[in-house]
Amino acid sequence: MAKQDKPQHAPDTGHEWDGIRELTNPPPRWWMIAFHASWIWCVVYFILYPAIPLVHESTKGILGWTMIKEYKQAVAENEAIKAPYLKKVADMDGQALLADEGMKNFAESSAKALFGDNCAGCHGAGGQGAPGLFPVLADDDWLYGGDIDTIIESITDGRQGDMPAHADMLTDEQIDEMADFVIAASEGKATREQFARFDEYGCSGCHGENAQGGAINELGTGGANLTDSIWRFGSSREEILRTIRYGVNQEDVPNTRVAIMPAFGEKLSPEAIKMLAVKVHEFGGGK
Amino acid sequence: MPPLLRLVQQQGVIMSERKEGQSIEEIYADAVHWHVNTGGETIHAKRMGGRFRSLKWWTGSLWLLFFLSPYARWEGHQAILFDIPHRQFHFFSLTIWPQDIWMLSLVLILLAMTLFGVTAVAGRVWCGYFCFQTVWTDWFTWLEDKIEGNPIQRRKLDAAPWDARKIRLKLFKHSLWLLIAILTGVTFAGYFTDIYRLWVDYLTLQAPLVAWVVLAAFIFGTYVFAGFMREQVCFWLCPYARIQGVMVDKDTILPTYDAKRGEPRGKSRGGDEARGDCVDCKLCVAVCPTGVDIREGMQEGCITCGMCIDACDSVMEKVGRPKGLIRYMSEKEMLGERLPPLYRRPRVIVYSAIFLLSVSGILYGLTHIPPVELSVVHERQPLFMQMSDGSIQNKYTFKAVNKTPEDLRLRLSVSGVPGLQLLAADGDTVTLKSGKTIPFHVFLRARRTQLKQANTPVRFRLQGIDKPEISLEYESVFIGPSKA
Repeated sequence: MAKQDKPQHAPDTGHEWDGIRELTNPPPRWWMIAFHASWIWCVVYFILYPAIPLVHESTKGILGWTMIKEYKQAVAENEAIKAPYLKKVADMDGQALLADEGMKNFAESSAKALFGDNCAGCHGAGGQGAPGLFPVLADDDWLYGGDIDTIIESITDGRQGDMPAHADMLTDEQIDEMADFVIAASEGKATREQFARFDEYGCSGCHGENAQGGAINELGTGGANLTDSIWRFGSSREEILRTIRYGVNQEDVPNTRVAIMPAFGEKLSPEAIKMLAVKVHEFGGGK
Repeated sequence: MPPLLRLVQQQGVIMSERKEGQSIEEIYADAVHWHVNTGGETIHAKRMGGRFRSLKWWTGSLWLLFFLSPYARWEGHQAILFDIPHRQFHFFSLTIWPQDIWMLSLVLILLAMTLFGVTAVAGRVWCGYFCFQTVWTDWFTWLEDKIEGNPIQRRKLDAAPWDARKIRLKLFKHSLWLLIAILTGVTFAGYFTDIYRLWVDYLTLQAPLVAWVVLAAFIFGTYVFAGFMREQVCFWLCPYARIQGVMVDKDTILPTYDAKRGEPRGKSRGGDEARGDCVDCKLCVAVCPTGVDIREGMQEGCITCGMCIDACDSVMEKVGRPKGLIRYMSEKEMLGERLPPLYRRPRVIVYSAIFLLSVSGILYGLTHIPPVELSVVHERQPLFMQMSDGSIQNKYTFKAVNKTPEDLRLRLSVSGVPGLQLLAADGDTVTLKSGKTIPFHVFLRARRTQLKQANTPVRFRLQGIDKPEISLEYESVFIGPSKA
């Protein structure tokens, strides 16, 4: 080894390039310490953790650590943190959840993934629905009621619209008349005579005398409010005619509208449904 | 080579003035004087009193504040606390939130400018007197000196076989070192959590894993760096040593050997007028904590602690020569030039100006910490919603942090679209819990006829009800169906 204060006098290794000789000076002490620390670390790591790849698997390491175990542990920790809150959700009813600012926030954030997994496919990530196909959840028009308890009921038991096909019940002129009526009604311009005709053709039985939906909803068929600006199946004259002619969810009627919301009561826990209902309620139209 | 030239050549500044065409052998010739300290041998520096020794004790003892501060209480909490779980930094009455972190950048600039400015004027003052590496090493070697004796005795002990006495001395020394290391670790961890509670947790082995990891890292770091690595950290690990090294210029005062006066060095033989003042006693080398021979000029190992000045002065006193053969002196003084006053040095002026700017920025920041931080996020999906009555509704998520110690009641209003309807949970009153960020939704509704274009800027305003001086605004947008 060379003397520390005469590094250029160290014996050389015999390697020489263009007059530059490679000497046998040792690396600095700190470097050697770091070097030894590094390989000791490696050896310890190889013993403790899965490290050496074999044909079918790798060495297990004496700690028995695996990535999936670590993941499961993290999930369990997360569950443990959430558990007391879920317990509270189970004990509270929908109204109480909405009234408690903290629990409302918990429910809304927890329901985000649930909504994405179960609801967003039809209703959109923000409850924006799909025009003519799937109902909007973010507006304030509710076929079955927009209070939290009814929303819970809708998610638990599902909903199925029911409107008879009028193609065979009314003449083409009458159907035209009713199409004119609903367009006028949504603009608030429907006349007394039109309302009389609406009643005469039996539409008020489900849609109510004032065409605002309502009473029949308790039967679970979702009589729509015809006087507002919200259209379940499209606002153009053709779409309206189609809805009147072929109805909603009519068996063996081609072109009928499909409006089926599956029941989630068996798929999701009551707590999950409650939290989903809070999220739906908070989209912007909850009553 | 005359010693003065040699001295000058070893200063990096002048090295660049090497003449073109100088052969490679000539460059290597300088290297005869290189001493590359790679830690092959422990430096046992002699300890002796003196002006700079006393100064080092005083500056080093500032670190006692580090050990004591965490125990101070203020208004019911720890006076200085980096509360990471709650993302708050408490400094006496002051609470800094993550939103105020921009001030940290100014603090960093301020510290950098202090370092640069001081280095430009007086070299590695931080390294020599204040740095924790220097100070902890100083404490460790002081203990070593007290336990194992002076450097000669220490070297003898190191070389001696392991007998009962050696084991006893070494055990005692290492125990005390570890004790300091443990105290250092606990104190550091104590800045991040209640230190009284932390002590209990450590002593009852209940502390969380992260606390143990911090403690272990600090014990290891303190024990190894101050006990074994010592000057090696300054030589090979610390970037500041190098940064400061290149910031030194001809005006900087540094511990300098007055070669003109000292050379030729040698033992005085009485009446030998040809000899310089340096008696070549090598005391300056013996006391150097980094093992530098200052007579070879300023070099990378020198932390400018002034121990060699103390040593040389004591010798000059004994041999009856004037003190200051080694003294704080700039290169200009050394060459007989005048040192310009501080206010005539551009670097000092620039550093001071940036320093003052940072200070005023921090002062402004500290006196203008907003009591509430507000952000409003417009709902992206759907951008807007048509309601039953044909009006357009937009949804906003409010996130407001109340940084005051009390709950706040604020009145929410909005402007931008005439006749805009505001719908929130509690009408237009918003209550913000102290220290909490509870997001809430606010809806805006407008009739189609009120909207002139698809995107209309709106401005939310929160006005304190009990504290009218609190007023916040946030710009957002109201989106409706496109007109085209």
